[in-house]
Amino acid sequence: ERERERERMAKSPEEEHPHKAFGWAARDTSGILSPFNFSRRENGDDDVTLKVLYCGVCHSDLHFLRNDWGFTKYPVVPGHEIVGVVTKIGENVKKFKVGDRVGVGVIVGSCKTCEACQQDLESYCTKRIFTYGSTYHDGTTTYGGYSDVVVADQRYVLRFPDNLPSDSGAPLLCAGITVYSAMKYYGMTEPGKHLGVVGLGGLGHVAVKFGKAFGLKVIVISTSPKKEAEAIGKLGAHSFLVSTDPEKMKAAQGTMDYIIDTVAAVHPLTPLLGLIKMNGKLISVGLPDKPLELSMFSLCIGRKLIGGSDFGGIKETQEMLDFCAKHNITSDIELIRMDCINTAMERLAKSDVRYRFVIDVANSLSQ
Amino acid sequence: MDVKSPEEEHPVKTFGWAARDSSGVLSPFKFSRRATGDDDVRFKVLYCGICHTDLHFIKNEWGFSTYPLVPGHEIVGVVTEVGCKVAKFKVGDKVGVGCLVGSCGSCEGCSEDLENYCPKMILTYATTYHDGTTTYGGYSNEMVVSEHFAIRFPENLPLDGGAPLLCAGVTVYSPMKYYGLNKPGLHLGVVGLGGLGHVAVKFAKAFGAKVTVISTSASKKDEAINHLGADSFLVSRDPDQMQAAAGTMHGILDTVSAAHPIMPLINLLKFHGKLITIGAPEKPTELQVFPLIMGRKMVAGSSIGGMKETQEMIDFAAKHNITADIEVIPVDYVNTAMERLQKGDVRYRFVIDIGKSLTAA
Repeated sequence: ERERERERMAKSPEEEHPHKAFGWAARDTSGILSPFNFSRRENGDDDVTLKVLYCGVCHSDLHFLRNDWGFTKYPVVPGHEIVGVVTKIGENVKKFKVGDRVGVGVIVGSCKTCEACQQDLESYCTKRIFTYGSTYHDGTTTYGGYSDVVVADQRYVLRFPDNLPSDSGAPLLCAGITVYSAMKYYGMTEPGKHLGVVGLGGLGHVAVKFGKAFGLKVIVISTSPKKEAEAIGKLGAHSFLVSTDPEKMKAAQGTMDYIIDTVAAVHPLTPLLGLIKMNGKLISVGLPDKPLELSMFSLCIGRKLIGGSDFGGIKETQEMLDFCAKHNITSDIELIRMDCINTAMERLAKSDVRYRFVIDVANSLSQ
Repeated sequence: MDVKSPEEEHPVKTFGWAARDSSGVLSPFKFSRRATGDDDVRFKVLYCGICHTDLHFIKNEWGFSTYPLVPGHEIVGVVTEVGCKVAKFKVGDKVGVGCLVGSCGSCEGCSEDLENYCPKMILTYATTYHDGTTTYGGYSNEMVVSEHFAIRFPENLPLDGGAPLLCAGVTVYSPMKYYGLNKPGLHLGVVGLGGLGHVAVKFAKAFGAKVTVISTSASKKDEAINHLGADSFLVSRDPDQMQAAAGTMHGILDTVSAAHPIMPLINLLKFHGKLITIGAPEKPTELQVFPLIMGRKMVAGSSIGGMKETQEMIDFAAKHNITADIEVIPVDYVNTAMERLQKGDVRYRFVIDIGKSLTAA
């Protein structure tokens, strides 16, 4: 009887909220996206409604669409690198006004009371609510930025600095903060030090830019020699190391103060540890879904550490955006139409993008 | 080239016990030590602790042992002669020597008092010294060491119970300080209750931490709590106990050298927690990166300690009455001791009473 009651009460995505919304969603583990009608909640006292202009395509979107991590519930509307314009604000909202350019990143909610939330590290709250694929406080599923409109609690909305472009700035809301937060927490910001960046993708290319802005000497470490010209000529890295070349790797032993590892694929850690100097740090921000092999012995020789870092809290995300505006740091992007998203996903799976796709939502998303 | 035998290569005759091959069996060995140089301290050895590293070395488990091998790097003795430039020691002083007897003196490690991270560091035994000869360790009647690598042994610290601190003590003290795990009020885990582990518990309590011992065997619980003063005990093979303790520890000192999974230990860490390995298992282990990322946790290593912090550690131990729990043995028991050590059958360090039991062959 209760089951039947619940079935009667459960509303479709289109009906569960009062305001019609439109986006693209995946319905199953093929991850193929297609037009999707749903709805957004009423703008509450603490909420901000924004018309979406651009949304970055993060590799996490791809993992989630294909249920690579095992906890995806369909339909999924991905997108957590969202830039838009405010169209409505709740009574308690003082930080934003209609017409402001704002961003929404990886989370739209958290518990607000735990140790992490108290330290402005909502990203680490064990009850954090992701911008898509999570259950919101009202029991409904969150839908992300591959859509025309987003409603978010002001606490999780970022002010987009005036001189930061909306399209190439959008990926900073995930890729940017993930790298920035890791580098700040682990003290990888001392000018003159050597930073190795493993992987030259969405995260990696942003790491090179932050590294240079912090005054570090940046060495890109990659399995593909073809990326060298770009790494040095376009991104301004100091040098390039092919990790599959044993002689070059040997010559580079003990030369780096820090390494930021952005690679999600399974790869050996011990050779990377060999590149690090005494007291050096290897920080992992990529999300390999399978275990990596680690030699504990190699951590002892040289007192080295391996740390993990997730994306950052809201306060730090704002700080990062302001830093990027000041240092003219944006992502290198390929702007695409919404209806090209499936092709983009296939190309992303092969790392065939320099270095982030960004969906021109406002100009290409139509019913 | 005129290659001299160990007995002839130096002017002062000395004797000890050495392993001749990777069987690791030790037996009496005659060799020689250099004359006391201007910067050297010469001392009669009274006690020498048996470190598990000695066992690894005599059996060539790490692949770089050279024979004959006189182990021993937890050495305590009394000064018999000092060179003319020696300022910190005089005849009759108690002195200790740990894992190092030399380093380059100019690299980044050396200039930060971290001789233990010098790429050219010279170990107390089985390494080549500046003069091209092999270093021989503390299972011997006397030693000569450069003043920089000699530790002033505090008056109130027992020589026998204090000797193991010269390796085990600093190996634990150094990372606890470096990684900020020496602040009062933290909850620390100690994995493994052997030579390193039991000393880790004592230092952690002296730092004001709440200590949980994590072990594969429940049989060590009584000792851990009632004898060593640990606050609680976790059996790592019991998934329920481990899950109940998830996310409760600021730091964990992992002293185990045998291969073992680290993910269950990472799960015990709080947000920002640190897993520090000092057991240095040489077989690779599996690391899942997700949990490190989600809790901004870290895994790090550490190896012995520099000279300055070894002195600091021994002074701290004297102040807080920290000594190792030992079983004193005569030198001719050493092979049996090694067999027992292999099986973890010691509470918790053997110490050889060199002064009373080592006589010339």
